[in-house]
Amino acid sequence: MTIASRDVPKTTQLLMGNEAIARGALEAGIGVAAAYPGTPSSEIIGTLAQVAKERNLYVEWSINEKVAMEVAAAASFSNVRALCAMKQNGLNVALDFLSNLNLTGVNRGLVLVVCDDPGGISSTNEQDSRHVAKALDLPLLEPATSQEAKDMTTWAFELSEEIANVCILRSVTRISHARGKVVLGELSNVEKHAYFDISRKPYATVVETPPKLHQALYQNLARIREIYESSPFNWYIGPENPELLIITCGSGWFYSVEAVRILSAVNSVGILKLGTTWPLPQKLIEKHMLQTKKILVVEEVDPFLEGNLKELAADMEPGRTWTFYGKASGHIPSFGENTPNIVINAVAKALDLKYTTRDPEYQQKSQEMVKRYVPPREPQFCAGCPHRTTFWAIKNALKLDGREGVLTGDIGCYGMGLGSSGFFQVRTMHAMGSGTGIASGMGKLNQFGFNQLVLNVCGDSTFFHAAIPALINGVHNQSHFILIVLDNSGTAMTGFQPHPGININAMGDPVPILDIESLCYALDVKVTVTDPYDINGTTEKLLEMLRNEGKPRVLISRRECALIKSRREKPPYKIQVNHDQCIGEGCGCDRFCTRVFRCPGLIWDRESRKARIDESICSGCGVCVDVCPQSAIVREVIE
Amino acid sequence: MSIHGRDPINLIITGIGGQGNILISRLIGEVMLEDGYWVTIGETYGASQRGGSVASHVRISKSTQHGPLTPEGQADIILGLEPVESLRMLGIYGNPKTYVITNIRPIHPMAVAIGEAEYPELEKIKQAISELSQKVWYIDASEIAIRLGSPLLANMVMMGALVGTGLLPLKKEACLQQLAASFKEESLTVNMKAFTMGFIQNSS
Repeated sequence: MTIASRDVPKTTQLLMGNEAIARGALEAGIGVAAAYPGTPSSEIIGTLAQVAKERNLYVEWSINEKVAMEVAAAASFSNVRALCAMKQNGLNVALDFLSNLNLTGVNRGLVLVVCDDPGGISSTNEQDSRHVAKALDLPLLEPATSQEAKDMTTWAFELSEEIANVCILRSVTRISHARGKVVLGELSNVEKHAYFDISRKPYATVVETPPKLHQALYQNLARIREIYESSPFNWYIGPENPELLIITCGSGWFYSVEAVRILSAVNSVGILKLGTTWPLPQKLIEKHMLQTKKILVVEEVDPFLEGNLKELAADMEPGRTWTFYGKASGHIPSFGENTPNIVINAVAKALDLKYTTRDPEYQQKSQEMVKRYVPPREPQFCAGCPHRTTFWAIKNALKLDGREGVLTGDIGCYGMGLGSSGFFQVRTMHAMGSGTGIASGMGKLNQFGFNQLVLNVCGDSTFFHAAIPALINGVHNQSHFILIVLDNSGTAMTGFQPHPGININAMGDPVPILDIESLCYALDVKVTVTDPYDINGTTEKLLEMLRNEGKPRVLISRRECALIKSRREKPPYKIQVNHDQCIGEGCGCDRFCTRVFRCPGLIWDRESRKARIDESICSGCGVCVDVCPQSAIVREVIE
Repeated sequence: MSIHGRDPINLIITGIGGQGNILISRLIGEVMLEDGYWVTIGETYGASQRGGSVASHVRISKSTQHGPLTPEGQADIILGLEPVESLRMLGIYGNPKTYVITNIRPIHPMAVAIGEAEYPELEKIKQAISELSQKVWYIDASEIAIRLGSPLLANMVMMGALVGTGLLPLKKEACLQQLAASFKEESLTVNMKAFTMGFIQNSS
């Protein structure tokens, strides 16, 4: 069942925040949706792609976030409502376009959904996207519940058209990935007709001077502020003159309500929940601030709301002062994700109350038992993961070469190449495509005596997203490095979304494959293709490439993600360890296969003191057969 | 036995990525929503989604929507698909009144599988869980699932076991209807069987 097939207004559904956002867009009658996948935003486009045919939408996985934003803007310019979604890192990629788009404005509703990842649960940073709304003078909305995620998205299209500009909706992991009760509205059945009006003034900043357009943005802000003053997305609960006023937004709303309930403080604490966080509804906030002397700001990542509230306070009635609690005061940490307990403790501290989660004896006993009995579960490549064997070949080739080769990394499952799973081979990891740019730069340091080899790994989806310009940079500047494309046929980390190297698009339509080899040939880059399961062959190819210095070279390590494959096919081999031949602790400085190679399908059997296969985990790839120095691991073809 | 009087009811379903705890949380959530309850489901991850610990928080209330995360020490029920994961959750969310229903089949973490860490004896884990909870139901869900044809069915056995305890205000029939609405025809029968096998372990 899909969200669009539930075409029964006023019924309740248990929707994930991202599904609610998608539903809100359908109720607003969007025609186009575009994104590059990124946790925690990916399900928005995934959900819309599923219903593209039945709702007459055009939905695409774009090559990167900047292009996604441009594709969505094209629809808006041409009389069709559009939604663009991305995670916080993606916003940086789209920002160059967005910081011009705000000046030219748009035509039909254009909503940019940015899903931040406080705590960096699935990200390399925990950047706060809200600063962009303030920097670009664009309206910002922050939903606090699944219901609001839907309702706000629908309304954001109205607001976007009202001010003829982009409206930004900022979600966070706990909104996007939580499921909650949502009352559905009506799906829009308005006919869409795309048409670009060539008689209007061009969408270009230089037509009028940028400062003049900037001025218009400011005037827009005043209008938005006025609209926000009476927005139903802002509300207050609590006594008329609260001892403490919590001002919060997004995920902070539920945590605040919970804290007040748990501390039995409903009579002394009020909560002003804001859904419209830039520009701030000044009069509304002033009204509530004048009823109290103590304010606690609850929000995630940066003190964005906190800083803006203090700005407002500075311009209020002379002589009025407040004590602000929040990130600056240390009541809420300035980093990491919020939790119910962080907020409970902050409220307790502001009210001078004592709060303990559990009775001290239970607390102590439970902590002791967890410490004694619960082993850690560290991140790892799956059984049969082709990345493991590529990293194994890289490790071996660099060791044989002996010149302290430097491997730069990128964003994806293979980021685990930083740890034991990838044999600690990766030395740098930043943004998508950055590993290639860094390799290009490092490969030009020979005039300063740099004589180490430079290698870079990037995934197939990353290659298209941002590595190509860096590779071209390397070609043009004749930099010495090897780009290893870990081609596992999909955007594995975020849920196997297609990309230009795959033969279907977001909507499931067949499309031609853009193959990486041909692209490299066109750049006059020498390409070698290898199967990472062939560890010896891959190592030899790498060694050969390491010898031929001169300019960028590409090794495509191609093998489908083992997770995708296991969903479709049975394992090819039954693997067993022959205990007569396994020498256990005597092997390769102690348990070579389990301790060093570390495939989760290989386990150490404490009783026999030999390696053993865990058949519930083993993917049957058979690679360990070639790794075992004793030839103790055997494979048998499964018919 | 029932904890109907508690509001909200905080149910935490824990296990290893891939064991299917999220599916249980959705099925329970859908049934409760149908009955007019407010339901919120959140998730917490351990070190990794690739073979790491995963927990779904299901928060059920008659009166209002709650946040997606349970405050520490406030779990009413912990449903564990793996024994040390049940203990891990008790360490954060447990209290003396917490009920636990746990699968007893261990899944060894990497550090244990490669011989760098120890996995405790089952009796020790059981003793710890029992000491930290009001009542525990131990189920060999993986064994039942394997007998039914696949270890992956353990999640439905455990869902049945949860419903069988009667702790939650929901009916077996409503759950079976939800299963029927959620599974494809070819996998429905065996999943219903797994649910029922789990249910009869705990119902009396």
